[in-house]
Amino acid sequence: MTAQPHIDTHLKRADLERCAELCRIALPRATVEITPQHEVQLTVPAADVAAALAWLKYAEGLKFSQLMDVAGVDYLGFTPAQPARFAVVYHLLSVTQNLRVRVKTYVTEGQGVPSVVPLWPAANWYERETYDMYGIVFTGHPDLRRILTDYDFIGHPLRKDFPLNGFTEVYYDAAQQRVAYKPVDLPQEFRHFDKVSEWRGMTGNAHLAETDNEFKREEFQ
Amino acid sequence: MATVPAKRTVELSLGETLERAQAALAQHTTIENRQSNIEAQPFTLNFGPQHPSAHGVLRLVLELDGEVVTKADPHIGLLHRGTEKLIEHKTYIQALPYFDRLDYVSMMCQEHVWCLATEKLLGIGLPLRAQYIRVLFSEITRIANHLLWVGCHALDVGAMAVFLYAFKEREFTMDFYEEVSGARMHANYFRPGGVNRDLPQGLTRKIGKWNDNFAKNVMPLLEGLLDENRIWKQRTVGIGVVTPEEAQAWGFSGAMLRGSGIAWDLRKSQPYECYDQLEFNIPVGKNGDSYDRYLCRMAEMYESCKLITQCLERLEGDLAGLPIKIENYKISPPSRGEMKDSMEALIHHFKYFTEGFHVPAGEVYAAIEAPKGEMGVYLVSEGGPKPWRAKIRAPGYAHLQGLDFMSRGHLLADVTAIIGTQDIVFGEIDR
Repeated sequence: MTAQPHIDTHLKRADLERCAELCRIALPRATVEITPQHEVQLTVPAADVAAALAWLKYAEGLKFSQLMDVAGVDYLGFTPAQPARFAVVYHLLSVTQNLRVRVKTYVTEGQGVPSVVPLWPAANWYERETYDMYGIVFTGHPDLRRILTDYDFIGHPLRKDFPLNGFTEVYYDAAQQRVAYKPVDLPQEFRHFDKVSEWRGMTGNAHLAETDNEFKREEFQ
Repeated sequence: MATVPAKRTVELSLGETLERAQAALAQHTTIENRQSNIEAQPFTLNFGPQHPSAHGVLRLVLELDGEVVTKADPHIGLLHRGTEKLIEHKTYIQALPYFDRLDYVSMMCQEHVWCLATEKLLGIGLPLRAQYIRVLFSEITRIANHLLWVGCHALDVGAMAVFLYAFKEREFTMDFYEEVSGARMHANYFRPGGVNRDLPQGLTRKIGKWNDNFAKNVMPLLEGLLDENRIWKQRTVGIGVVTPEEAQAWGFSGAMLRGSGIAWDLRKSQPYECYDQLEFNIPVGKNGDSYDRYLCRMAEMYESCKLITQCLERLEGDLAGLPIKIENYKISPPSRGEMKDSMEALIHHFKYFTEGFHVPAGEVYAAIEAPKGEMGVYLVSEGGPKPWRAKIRAPGYAHLQGLDFMSRGHLLADVTAIIGTQDIVFGEIDR
């Protein structure tokens, strides 16, 4: 039995292109593309984020009424190099048009992004999380506190320069009779298993959808 | 707003202490003098994190006016384990077990979304039998999740019996997990490219038998305990009303959206796997209150039973004995037997489990209809064997955020009912 497509089988190319075309006309400063995975992606300058998202929310024929997710990405050390170190990624959903769109904006360290809490109250916690994890500041956010990390936590843990094991660890201090912090002390040096070898056997499979790259059982014999 | 107590001590001399005491006394007297026009401070109550109806580790700072909630500020993150950071340091297969531990009452659904995101980026399809097995276990998981939800929700508002009956049934779903994966909870059964192993012999018959009994006898029993229960209705009808506009503005999904009258289910509207080949209905509520969401979820369990029946028919029928993962040995490991005979197979097996397969560079967002709502993964790949970034979109995160507006104006006791109706699990919220 051959493998059958099983994701996004409902998507029609015409719908995506219509969505992309509408965005291109209304948002001239945005880079609009349809990714190879059939997703509409807009890249906008940080200053335009709130305006672009507001347009997407109310635009006739699109009506992206739901903000599903806001994610930060740290591109420190990413190849190919990206326009800026951080990116803030918004995922919108249109319940009426059955469409999704991704809005992406690149920000440098210390640069602010306008908050979209006035548009969607749901953005509140998502922006707090992005701030907590990456230190990206959302200007105009009503209550930009940390959300997932501990009270008084220092640093932004999802940054690529933040070590996996962190800087501090908690322990129970019997003398003080409370939980306290101390610098991380590993009994064994942290081992980084980078098993990417020179053997290209696993790497040459970038286009798996094409059958000539498949490695089948018959080839074993 | 409640403030967090500062974690430092200030050493005061005796003189300073006296000064402060006098100042406080002076302030107190002025307040007493102005008694006629003072504003009453709201009463701040700390709810959780070790409260049985906080569903795990929710710390809720409530502001009360008498017994009426005026503001609810959830403090989350007490179960934050840095899943996303850990995933960045693991291969795609090693990252999979973390998903069991997100929403730890609907394990396989979380695995499902990770597999879909990876497969989308790889650009691969799936054998039909694998798709049916995945749907079968997604629906079993949905029932397991809703059973826990209905039991705990009822327990929160004071009905004990439902919990006992629901958990007895839930044990059977755990048994199916165990038969298929060896683990009762954290199954680690789905794989990018299929499922780990085929169903053991006789399992389909067992599931079928349980499924028929569940739809015929257990569901009416649970409904009989709650549907017309006077106390249950008093605690849920008109509690936590969400309008369709609010539900969309707050990013709600799943039963929280459908309870408010929006017919939206990713299994229907953006079908993945073989859902478009199966027949089922989407229950939709009218009033957007806790009772409607209860009805929605109960009806969903009946629909899941229907889906399970259809899956079993196909799995026992025309799909019996077909492959359960793709036969591309860059993505799925060769069998043990092949490893004994073939050097190539041995190398692939070794590389698969050490280096892991490489995923083409790009970014995708994949979402499924998890029992609690839309569970999504935003995946960024640099092209190597490890993901660059994996953002997990948990439905409960958006729902818990809405607790503030949902509980305003309700009584303190209703807060637990609203937490119950939101189907909160902290594994996915804190990640």
